[in-house]
Amino acid sequence: MTDVSEQAQQSGQAEAEQNRPPTVIVDNLHIVYRLRGSAAGGKGKGGGKGKAELRAQAAAARQEQQQERRRSGRGRASRALRRLTGRTDASEKKGGRTVHAIKGVSFTAYRGEAIGVIGSNGSGKSTILRAIAGLMPAEAGRVYTEGQPSLLGVNAALMNDLSGERNVILGCLAMGMTPQEAYEKREDIIKFSGINEKGDFSSLPMRAYSSGMAARLRFAIASAKNHDVLMIDEALATGDRKFRRRSEARIRELRGEAGTVFLVSHSNKSIRDTCDRVLWLESGSLVMDGPTDEVLEAYEEFMNG
Amino acid sequence: MAQDGITRDRPDPDSADLAARHGLSVSGARPGLVEYIRRLWQHRYFIGEFARARSSAKYTRARLGGLWFVLTPLLNAAVYYLIFGLLLGTSRGVADFVSFLVTGVFVFTFTRNTVTSGVKSISGERGLIRALHFPRAVLPITQVTIQLRQIAISMVVLMVIVVARGNFPDWGWLLVVPVLVLQLLFNTGLAMWAARLGSKSTDAAQWLPFVLRAWMYGSGVLYLVEDRAANAPAWVLNLLDMQPAAVYIDLMRFALMNTENFGTEYLPAHVWLLALGWALLSLFAGFVYFYRAEEEYGRD
Repeated sequence: MTDVSEQAQQSGQAEAEQNRPPTVIVDNLHIVYRLRGSAAGGKGKGGGKGKAELRAQAAAARQEQQQERRRSGRGRASRALRRLTGRTDASEKKGGRTVHAIKGVSFTAYRGEAIGVIGSNGSGKSTILRAIAGLMPAEAGRVYTEGQPSLLGVNAALMNDLSGERNVILGCLAMGMTPQEAYEKREDIIKFSGINEKGDFSSLPMRAYSSGMAARLRFAIASAKNHDVLMIDEALATGDRKFRRRSEARIRELRGEAGTVFLVSHSNKSIRDTCDRVLWLESGSLVMDGPTDEVLEAYEEFMNG
Repeated sequence: MAQDGITRDRPDPDSADLAARHGLSVSGARPGLVEYIRRLWQHRYFIGEFARARSSAKYTRARLGGLWFVLTPLLNAAVYYLIFGLLLGTSRGVADFVSFLVTGVFVFTFTRNTVTSGVKSISGERGLIRALHFPRAVLPITQVTIQLRQIAISMVVLMVIVVARGNFPDWGWLLVVPVLVLQLLFNTGLAMWAARLGSKSTDAAQWLPFVLRAWMYGSGVLYLVEDRAANAPAWVLNLLDMQPAAVYIDLMRFALMNTENFGTEYLPAHVWLLALGWALLSLFAGFVYFYRAEEEYGRD
């Protein structure tokens, strides 16, 4: 794997394209989270808008605070009312508060690659995976993918009031399986998750599970399907060692079947074990993109320094 | 474009061209309307299972459990009977007030609950939206399906009450099915409209209940609107008579009751056309309105 990807880097784009077709193209992607957004804001196509917007907002907030201090003699209700009425004309421009999570990231992933995504907390790792999966709309830029990429998140919502078995069926159907397929896979999924090792937990509601058990079940459900482009978010960090070994084996298996695998993890060891290329994100920008050893070395230096 | 990122592996300036050469498509792009409906159809099992799961999870922590599916509409009707039937005496001029009231309350509750749960269908399932890929219309439709289960139970209760009041089953009762189907279509459109409304801000969830309550008082659920608003101009009366909730409630009363003012034989034909028109209009407009924002759900 490693030598092929190095070759792709050394030789030109054209040759790389012949050897292995691209599966994911991310082209100058910007992602902006809107908090308490008004419907009027943010249809703009222009990039770089986010920062200017943030600055304008900060200024507006300061102004508001000053005004508030001046009028602080009056009641809270009247202030709230003024805030409400004052905001109606201003919000057209502001569109609520925003978080510019991804700032112009570009890269191309090729078939057969396993790509690790690293960076400190809040650097936009999970966000970029969501964007590739088409779950987060882009503010500017584009993501092109082969087929429908799947995101294996350990945070995927399951229903706490329902039994594990019921959640397995529900998860399978949500991934587009037919009921027959879902019922056929149920036993395997529960066995793989290992939740029944400590008694008959699969028939208990999920609120009775420990957090590790719930995470294992989620991973087991999501990995039950084969994917073209597969993205795994911190999945290896969950569960005990026994389950970790099992899930690493499953990921290798999925990688064989899938075109491209992305792995977000804080564990440099699991990145080293499974990936041949690494993207390093820091506060929404791509710092480095290259072979695993090179990037991890620079990253470790950065984190220790 | 702000160039904040250092990008070593930059695709061709014309990456769209590269993508096109290898048959890649834009991730998360909204599919065409026909394709969207096809995908929605693919997820029909998910809708069914999700609705079943949600509604069975609803009362799992209550001691009376599933009994609440029957108790909730019954208590609802009982409260209205106590206040409007006994205290305020709106029953004057209505034969068999109990059947009249219970039918109205149950039918209107179906619409009201679909709207109030539709508003929260997107904002309440943010985790699911950010984790999995499926046509978002699945969520409001799931809420409609949940309410359909509730109305099915309510209809059994309703029929028992109506029979107990001396309205025995006849062929007219078969009309219950088309009435419910049309109301279901109408509600689906409404739920999708509400879902998009509630997806961006939670304001809609605050003001919609008031609109719905005003709608209920104007729909002749608790009294004959014609009697109460006898002094109003004719166009107001016509409007109150032709609005969707009144149409569906009246149709249901005509189907089930055999008293002097509500019998199958008094049913004017244009009411069915109105019921059909409202259903199709609501479904079409609601669906398209929801679909047009498909890519936006999950942003905030």
